[in-house]
Amino acid sequence: MVDTDQPLDEGALRALVPRVLAGLVRRGEDFDAAEDALQEALIEALRVWPEHPPRDPRAWLTTVATRRLVDARRSEAARRNREETTYAEPQPSDTEEGDDTLFLLFCCAHPDLTPASQVALTLRAVGGLTTREIADAFYVPETTMAQRISRAKRTLGGVRLDQPGDLAVVLRVLYLVYTAGHVGRVDLAGEAIRLARQLNLATDEPEARGLLALMLLNHARLPARIDAEGRIVTLDEQDRSRWDTREIAEGVRVLQSALAGQTEERRPGRYQIEAAIAALHDDAASAEETDWPQILAWYDDLVALTEDPVRQDPAAVLGRAVAVGHALGAAAGLRETERLRDVIGERHKWHAVRGHLHELDDDLPAAAAAYAEAARRATNVVERDHLVRRAARARAVSRFGGGEQDRAR
Amino acid sequence: MPKYLLLKHYRGGPEEHRHVPPMDQWDPEDVEAHLAFMRHVTEQLKERGEYVDVQALTPTRTWVRYGGPDAAPVTTDGPHPETSDLAAGWWMIDVDSHERAVELAAYVSSEPGPRGEPMFEWIDVREVMSDAPSED
Repeated sequence: MVDTDQPLDEGALRALVPRVLAGLVRRGEDFDAAEDALQEALIEALRVWPEHPPRDPRAWLTTVATRRLVDARRSEAARRNREETTYAEPQPSDTEEGDDTLFLLFCCAHPDLTPASQVALTLRAVGGLTTREIADAFYVPETTMAQRISRAKRTLGGVRLDQPGDLAVVLRVLYLVYTAGHVGRVDLAGEAIRLARQLNLATDEPEARGLLALMLLNHARLPARIDAEGRIVTLDEQDRSRWDTREIAEGVRVLQSALAGQTEERRPGRYQIEAAIAALHDDAASAEETDWPQILAWYDDLVALTEDPVRQDPAAVLGRAVAVGHALGAAAGLRETERLRDVIGERHKWHAVRGHLHELDDDLPAAAAAYAEAARRATNVVERDHLVRRAARARAVSRFGGGEQDRAR
Repeated sequence: MPKYLLLKHYRGGPEEHRHVPPMDQWDPEDVEAHLAFMRHVTEQLKERGEYVDVQALTPTRTWVRYGGPDAAPVTTDGPHPETSDLAAGWWMIDVDSHERAVELAAYVSSEPGPRGEPMFEWIDVREVMSDAPSED
């Protein structure tokens, strides 16, 4: 009888990586060496498991990684007598696994690392992605990504699994992973959501729930975001029947549980607020039914989080300007964008928002000019193409008017 | 097989064979046709096994030079920032011959513009130095 290749459950394999890594580190292995050894074990698992699935995947990874560690130590001429054993460890509880993930996330989100390094290391050590997958996701050669991760780990020096870190940095790293999106085989947005779920096993912090809610509520709209030709479809024009209602429901539940903890002293943080805004969008059956006044109220809370929002959080002020435009009139929205001219007036998003507000105001020549400016400043091809289309469309309608009016809406 | 860059430019290069206004001033259907053609070129190159890379560049550039010991880098927009040559992006291809590179460049240059007519854009063809030792 010939064994047929089993389709490998890559998700389950990836989920094992942080658990095995934590186990090795708790056992006293050096984080840097253990993480390298585990990456090699992962590559071998991907190669071998389809034909020879292990009885105990976790023990297999631990054993193979340990063997690599021993070999590495031998080849460094460090003499140590270590017995190779198969580690059949008792399965930790959900909480312990959550704790391990949390501490690994703290390690990888260390503030001494650059955001790019934090993201790369998180994806490998906690996400269980291969170096190749991470390199592909960021369009760099594999060797470059391998070096980035090695250098990041050397920066970390000794790492212990009981050092708490700054949750805010972890949340930011996960958010960066989420916004990197979907590239090829690797769905980084999905990875971020998975890691955020694991994080929420280990902490009750409302902002951690807020982040998960935000990701779910945003991710729910993705099926409508890109059309069959790969073109961007903005929120006002999306086919809402394509939104994932289960993700929306879950996002709303998670958000509600986060907001339930709020008090006068403990106001919702940024991710909860952004999630609340996303929830209001997701709640509207059509663009016209969007509760803009309520969204504006949340944006007021968002900009109130910083002392000088124009300088410290221009993205929030810009988002609020859109809400002002819809709730109080386009002219008011445009005035709000003027506050940002000196800070982000050279960025494409500033011009794109103004284009949108001009369209809202039915001033199509101004909209066309603003979208054209935005296109010239775009840093992403898909966005640039979208902005050129918008500019051409606004210009065409402003010249010929008539039946095309509906499309411009 | 030699590699080539097929470069598009925002400006610079030989005199335009045909003047074409900026794309934001075209009819929307012409914009769609043009963008679809660009995607099609990449798909065709991939299908024929000639594709290596495709990239777009933003229309900003900074010239930088060493400032000297203990000095900051020196930057400038350069001479004639409004008219100087500025690359917009490239396809990198791996093909049998220079003739094939020229053929592909001409195909890119036939891209549709306003009213669906070919743009006759000048495409800059540059050979990439090879990693392999040369034959002679």
